[in-house]
Amino acid sequence: MNIQLQILPLLSVLVLFLVAPVVIILAVSFWDYTEFSLIPDFVLTNYIEIFESGVTYSTYLNTFKFAFLGWLFTVIIGFTLAYFLAFHVRTLRWQIILFLICTIPFWTSNIIRMIAWIPVLGRNGLVNSLLLELGVISEPLEWLLYSDFAVILAFVHLYTLFTLVPIFNSMMRIDKSIIEAAQDMGANSLQILINVIVPLCLPGIAIGTIFVVSLIMGDFITVQAMSGGQSASVGLAMNNKRALLQYPAAAADAIILLCVVLGMVAILMRTINIRKEL
Amino acid sequence: MFSKNRKTSFYILATFFCLFVFFLYGPMFAIITLSFQGPNGGLTFPMNGFSTHWFSKLFQEQRVGDFQGSFSRSLTLAVIVMVATVVISLSAGMAFRKKFKFSNSLFYLTISSLIIPSILLTLGIGLLFDRLGLEGHWYTSGLGAHLTWTLPFGLLIMFAVFNRFDKSYEEAARDLGATNWQVLRFVLLPIIGPSLVGVGLFGFTLSFDEFARSLLSVGSKNTLPLEIFGMTTTVTTPTLYALGTLTTFVSFSIIAICFGVIVILEKRKKKFGDDSGKGLI
Repeated sequence: MNIQLQILPLLSVLVLFLVAPVVIILAVSFWDYTEFSLIPDFVLTNYIEIFESGVTYSTYLNTFKFAFLGWLFTVIIGFTLAYFLAFHVRTLRWQIILFLICTIPFWTSNIIRMIAWIPVLGRNGLVNSLLLELGVISEPLEWLLYSDFAVILAFVHLYTLFTLVPIFNSMMRIDKSIIEAAQDMGANSLQILINVIVPLCLPGIAIGTIFVVSLIMGDFITVQAMSGGQSASVGLAMNNKRALLQYPAAAADAIILLCVVLGMVAILMRTINIRKEL
Repeated sequence: MFSKNRKTSFYILATFFCLFVFFLYGPMFAIITLSFQGPNGGLTFPMNGFSTHWFSKLFQEQRVGDFQGSFSRSLTLAVIVMVATVVISLSAGMAFRKKFKFSNSLFYLTISSLIIPSILLTLGIGLLFDRLGLEGHWYTSGLGAHLTWTLPFGLLIMFAVFNRFDKSYEEAARDLGATNWQVLRFVLLPIIGPSLVGVGLFGFTLSFDEFARSLLSVGSKNTLPLEIFGMTTTVTTPTLYALGTLTTFVSFSIIAICFGVIVILEKRKKKFGDDSGKGLI
């Protein structure tokens, strides 16, 4: 009885603002529509159009590319930072301070953090000015901003924290005597890293992967802002249809995207027990 | 790596860490600096004088949209979300300490709330309110949308807290005759207080800065991140940076306040929580 009361607020929020919206999107994805109105119906045209359009596949391919590259860089950088914090910083006090330095930007605005790249990467930005000054280039580089490069850079900038935190958590749980044992058996640092630390960090890497992949797969704002509208992603395509008031088409897009993301996460979830890792 | 003396690997990794911190904060400092451009300055370096011209522009309404209105809406919403996140996460976190039916389902539902694409969620909430004939507002549909983002974080933190919580404190209190309420008020809350402040920090900042889940869910009146994003296409002066600086300042202030409170609570815990060595000799 008591427990039911305790979970009631959480359950109500999730039912009202998570389950109900998904249900209504599912329903609307089967509706028909005209330029002016939505017509409640049960048609498969929205889905058929999506699967028959070549744009869908190239958009998904582009989104997978972003997700893969974003994931690759955030995991490598997050792992390296966590490794430094967990095994090279010696006092807990400094570990906490350096960890917080990495965390603080997470609590500031993503939009502002994206805008902040404009004076750095823009045509007359800091990077271009510096390179011109040094004589490395003779004309400003155009691909620094409003390009796929900028999109990936922003993902790494925004989401490395999501890999750093769970991997650091995994590393801090490694029993130091395991590492000492490996040393006693004559393993060098690299062998310890590959054969002891990486395997024990896999749960942390999996959690980080879940975060980064689902965030990038569903992203539309980073791609729009950083590619300057020149690159496509599934979320962005959906938002464009929504802006044209093609709600049923956008809803069908949303359902397919949801299935893809949940499928990817479900596979990752099989490898770990999140509740035990916290 | 694990020897007494620093090795080359330490210095390489330390350099990497510093470069990352520079990468993390560099752009932010660039726009903070540029927001103090002189009246004739532009969106990029070099600085053309030094002034607070662009900040004062912010407070002249009309010119740059509804900055003050959206700012106060976002601030109010963030406070509501913060309080709601702490209360709901704590309550649910306590329930999850015991086994109950569908406990795993509820947990995975909460995780889904985190990984669900934001554009889908905000579209769904917009459609839901539209179909029900309700008008969405930042304090109704917008509040709900933000909670779907903050509650999973809150709950995950509560799991981490309770996984490390020593139940014998509560048992001792109960053995001494404390009621449920007294256990909560005098044992549980003082011990996990600092973590709850952390949950509140997540609630406030994630709501204050939330763009994607606000987009179609806050109704006709914009919250601040929506306003800022709108400005990126219409405003071509350092006013944009001034707004960024101001928002970042608010975020930093909240972070600093929360850290301060956590430190104070931890000190109180040490002071009042432990009387070892003070007993009868």
